[in-house]
Amino acid sequence: MNGWKWIAACGLAFFSAGAAIAADADPLNSVRWPDLQREYLNDAPVTFDARIEVLAPKVAEDSMNVPVTVRLKGLPDVKRVLVIADFNPIVKVLDFQPLLAQPGLSFRIKLQQASPIRALVQTGDGNWLAGGAWVDAAGGGCTAPSTGRSAPDWAQKLNQVQGRVWRDGQNQRVRLRIMHPMDTGLAPGIPAFFIEQLAIVDDRGDAMLKLETFEPLSENPVFSFDLPDTGAVALRVVGRDNNGNRIDAKVQP
Amino acid sequence: MITRLFALLVALVLGGAAQAAAPFDYRLKPEKIAEDTWALIGSTDDITRGNGGNIVNTAFVVTREGVVVIDSGPTRRYGEQMRAAIARVTDRPVVRVFNTHHHPDHFLGNQAYADVPIAALPATRAGERDDGGAFADNMYRMAGDWASGTEPRVAPQDVHPGRLTVGGHEFELIALEGHTAGDLAILDRHTGVLFAGDLVFLDRAPTTPHASVQPWLKSLDALAALGAKKTLPGHGPVHGGKAGIEQTRDWLIWLDRTLMQSAASGLDMAEVMRLPLPDRFERMPLARSEYERSVTHLYGAYELRALDSVALPAMQQK
Repeated sequence: MNGWKWIAACGLAFFSAGAAIAADADPLNSVRWPDLQREYLNDAPVTFDARIEVLAPKVAEDSMNVPVTVRLKGLPDVKRVLVIADFNPIVKVLDFQPLLAQPGLSFRIKLQQASPIRALVQTGDGNWLAGGAWVDAAGGGCTAPSTGRSAPDWAQKLNQVQGRVWRDGQNQRVRLRIMHPMDTGLAPGIPAFFIEQLAIVDDRGDAMLKLETFEPLSENPVFSFDLPDTGAVALRVVGRDNNGNRIDAKVQP
Repeated sequence: MITRLFALLVALVLGGAAQAAAPFDYRLKPEKIAEDTWALIGSTDDITRGNGGNIVNTAFVVTREGVVVIDSGPTRRYGEQMRAAIARVTDRPVVRVFNTHHHPDHFLGNQAYADVPIAALPATRAGERDDGGAFADNMYRMAGDWASGTEPRVAPQDVHPGRLTVGGHEFELIALEGHTAGDLAILDRHTGVLFAGDLVFLDRAPTTPHASVQPWLKSLDALAALGAKKTLPGHGPVHGGKAGIEQTRDWLIWLDRTLMQSAASGLDMAEVMRLPLPDRFERMPLARSEYERSVTHLYGAYELRALDSVALPAMQQK
């Protein structure tokens, strides 16, 4: 008797666990998710996958600079990584095409309030996978003016690139800092002014990685990318902001 | 979700009952740490709605001429209750208040001492003026109604470093920096007690929102040279010897090396936050969360130094 009850209970538990996976409820439990799935993925089905890790602090100590690393472990054939922050007034953070690069990357964002930060990952078969993390924040990061505006020389430094490469024979890590106010347009009297496109190209001018970037990226954005080691060849960083100012710099290995 | 709601309801009911019995009572109990000298030892937690921000050590010295207060606590309520606690120990008036630095848990009780001269280092007064409003808002966000009615009252007087005698106690007022731009340490030469402010932490991870590591290490050297009999750290237990100074130094040197090595090897901020802590810090209260906060505060400068090779503009080379 007891044995049967036990088996029945197990069966029920198994069944309900299976149902939960099939429905793929948002593990971050955000009320915004159904809308975001409709808006950004056209309601395509999404599998939440533990191989997609979003590393970020539990609490944002500085709402203007919340560090985020997207780490994808053992996920083959990634075509696109779309990063969004559910509760930001501007939801889209960046849209990354890794091309030859590894599909993970690091960057910093502004947060207006506590929010999930998600990486939505599309693989070559067209399927969408997702991972994310909640970040608590005192907020206000999106409606504050950029700090560099008060410095007299910000315009001279606009789109200047600092960069460094760490090579290990197989891979190279590229870190970039680009001088730009990344104004969201939400601070009174300051129009949106932000970098829209970035790419790293090889010596023949072929893109090794590409990304579209949006207002929530932090001022003077810092990125880390991991690329195959290209030897002693300088990488070129190209891009532009929404006012048409060009970014074009060489990063020496 | 439903269990969470239920837990919240239970917490509200229980919390309400506890507060009805003693609304926002910090239960401050002055602990005698030396002749004429009392400390109010706070918890080594983060600020919560449970502790109302009482995570800090404050102190007072009862001299013949009156009471000298060192730091006023995290809220107006704390300041008022501290004053009541002093009145239970002595009927002498409070004649002087010092703020060791401008962090909210050390000076937002100033309102309770509006009738007493409050002094702080010039950099501390500037910090109280510039950051006080945001600090009070944040205290309210973290501690809830414990902080209601709390407003920053900037210390109206400068501290003049050097000796000051009050009622038979000779105080050495020492202007240092590193935890913030202005850190006041006070040595009572009569008792040998060092009131170190937040230059010294013991068994509680140091905080760094306004820190500069190298000046802080120099300040620790200066404190170690004083040869104090007893030290009251800003956070953590009263102790003899140099345990607090040594532990704070150990943490800062480890933090500095970790951030320098991480930047030199090309790690990004969120990756640095995930690095393991050494065993000796793993069990220290708030070590993980303070380390993560410190990465946010400090890593940018290390990173910039590592990125110092400015990339060449490609357009000029065409």
